[in-house]
Amino acid sequence: MFNTMKTVAVAGAVTAALAAYTSPAAAEEKVKCYGVSLAGENDCKAGAGTTCAGTSTVDYQGNAWTLVDEGTCTEIDLPDMADGTPREGSLEPLDRDLPS
Amino acid sequence: MLDATPRYPGQLPAAPGVGYKPQHFRDIADHPAPVAWLEIHAENYMGAGGRPIAQLRHLSARFPVSVHGVGLSIGGEGPLDADHLSRLKQLCDWLQPASFSEHLAWSSHGDHFLNDLLPLPYTDATLARVAAHIDQVQQMLGRQMLLENPSSYLAFAESTWSETDFLAELAHRTGCGLLLDVNNVFVSATNLDYEPRAYIDAFPLDRVGEIHLGGHDEDSDDHGAPLLIDSHGREIADPVWTLLDYTLARTGPRPVLVEWDTDVPDWPVLAGEAGRAEAALARVPA
Amino acid sequence: MTVSQAQLHDALLDGARPAPAGLTDGHGRPAGGRFAVYRNNVAVALTDALEANFPAVASLLGPANFRNVMGIFLRRHPPARPMIAEYGAGLPAFLDGFEPLGHLGYLGDVARLEQALRAAYHAADAAPVDPAVFEALAPDALMQSRLTLAPAVRLVRSNWPVHAIRAYALEPGAPKPPAQPQDVLIQRPEYDPQMTTLPPGAAGFVTTVAAGHTLGAAHDAALAEAADFDLAQTLALLLSGGAITEITPGETP
Repeated sequence: MFNTMKTVAVAGAVTAALAAYTSPAAAEEKVKCYGVSLAGENDCKAGAGTTCAGTSTVDYQGNAWTLVDEGTCTEIDLPDMADGTPREGSLEPLDRDLPS
Repeated sequence: MLDATPRYPGQLPAAPGVGYKPQHFRDIADHPAPVAWLEIHAENYMGAGGRPIAQLRHLSARFPVSVHGVGLSIGGEGPLDADHLSRLKQLCDWLQPASFSEHLAWSSHGDHFLNDLLPLPYTDATLARVAAHIDQVQQMLGRQMLLENPSSYLAFAESTWSETDFLAELAHRTGCGLLLDVNNVFVSATNLDYEPRAYIDAFPLDRVGEIHLGGHDEDSDDHGAPLLIDSHGREIADPVWTLLDYTLARTGPRPVLVEWDTDVPDWPVLAGEAGRAEAALARVPA
Repeated sequence: MTVSQAQLHDALLDGARPAPAGLTDGHGRPAGGRFAVYRNNVAVALTDALEANFPAVASLLGPANFRNVMGIFLRRHPPARPMIAEYGAGLPAFLDGFEPLGHLGYLGDVARLEQALRAAYHAADAAPVDPAVFEALAPDALMQSRLTLAPAVRLVRSNWPVHAIRAYALEPGAPKPPAQPQDVLIQRPEYDPQMTTLPPGAAGFVTTVAAGHTLGAAHDAALAEAADFDLAQTLALLLSGGAITEITPGETP
């Protein structure tokens, strides 16, 4: 048997959740939107322009490697938030690879 | 090996097509003319679901679709990636495309995919390996495939076959068809300093099931000689249109595809390029 | 002289190596700089792919830093499979361990969030459950029921304000990130992934549900994380996001 008070609380929460629920729009309409592209694509072009990217010998060699002062990170100032108890990343059961 | 009788594979119409880009979805749905068919890159439709698959399903009900693989590494020294072949089969099974094509190139080594179409030496050993891989693909997919001629920036000292003889022999051994990229012919001929019309003359044109066109960039090599880059990022160059006319006069009408992969323009520009292909086709006696 | 693909592969990824011998121009002269075209193609195409797949990381680092860091990543971790849309699964861990970026402790989690968004975008379609199934359950059966989540659902828990950092990197006018941890739930009603920053306890609830435990157990887990956990709010969020695809009733006593 469950704790009756807990059961009542959960049942009440479900009722409240259902009251707040509205059904999503039809999928047929959504297919027509371009939406936000969230990924790079394969293609069969050759990379145009500078050949220096391919011959670049840049590699990380300890302290020899430095950042240029650029990017939106330069505007963000956060204290070190690692508190020694790293939290989980994506859930194991949810962290599926892109399906094959 | 499949039936070696020359035939025009699938039902791609002898009309202009374009490489499909998701940003053109609505334009294609509303006013596709003169585009009569679409080509997709297989590897972009191997996810389990979501909008890419839904849009492709939608389009395939209205247009013939060609599946163009860019990741099988058919010229690879190692065995074909069985998992990737299965993904291709799965895609072809549900989509039932009018055509499937891949490249005379390699792109994977070991478990590294290098995301480029890399060059092959034209030797007996390469011929035997690529023919075996084409056989495997055609058996797996249960259909004829088309093999595309590459853009070349260099040659191999060890090559003993011309590219055209090499492709003809592959088609003969495996029964595969060929995809003739006229821009690639122009790019390779310029880069390796031969006559593009001589290449077309030597090409086994009765095997051509599809023609590709695309824009290229101009660069130069260490000696200052022109080096064209197959960038697919601009209008098709005038000499390539001329070479298309030369080719179509010898093949008769064929499906002609415009590829534009970098700095993709708005639909009217791409449709305009397809319109030039349509005009070229109209000049050809059926 | 034969040139093996192993030789080509190694020279393509290492600009310090000479081009393999046996490559020529159209007149039999050494190919020289022509080999650099292929080197360039590989490096540029993979860097472009990473920029498309991780736009927030690219914005945070800026173009020169991004290209330099990705130049290192792509040579250490080329794609293992030919689908470019999935390239970069190893980037979060790489960023976590990349010493020169140690002062940007959040970068790895931002990459995790972007990876999860992309995975959600391409995940299998799944019809959401009819919420009426809930109503038919007796209270005890409800406590013992198990929920199946849609294949697109992802959860990213971070010590950093990872949702706000991503927004700041990509959206003009977004506020500066507050110094607080964020749990981000990704759901995909229809085709567009939606992110929600979860209230306290909700991530524990989702984690427990996803692990296949009962609704009652998930509720307990959430309360253990946050005494003021609001189950109604979290269930309403999951239902409206199409995140629940099946409700398996428990045994009634």
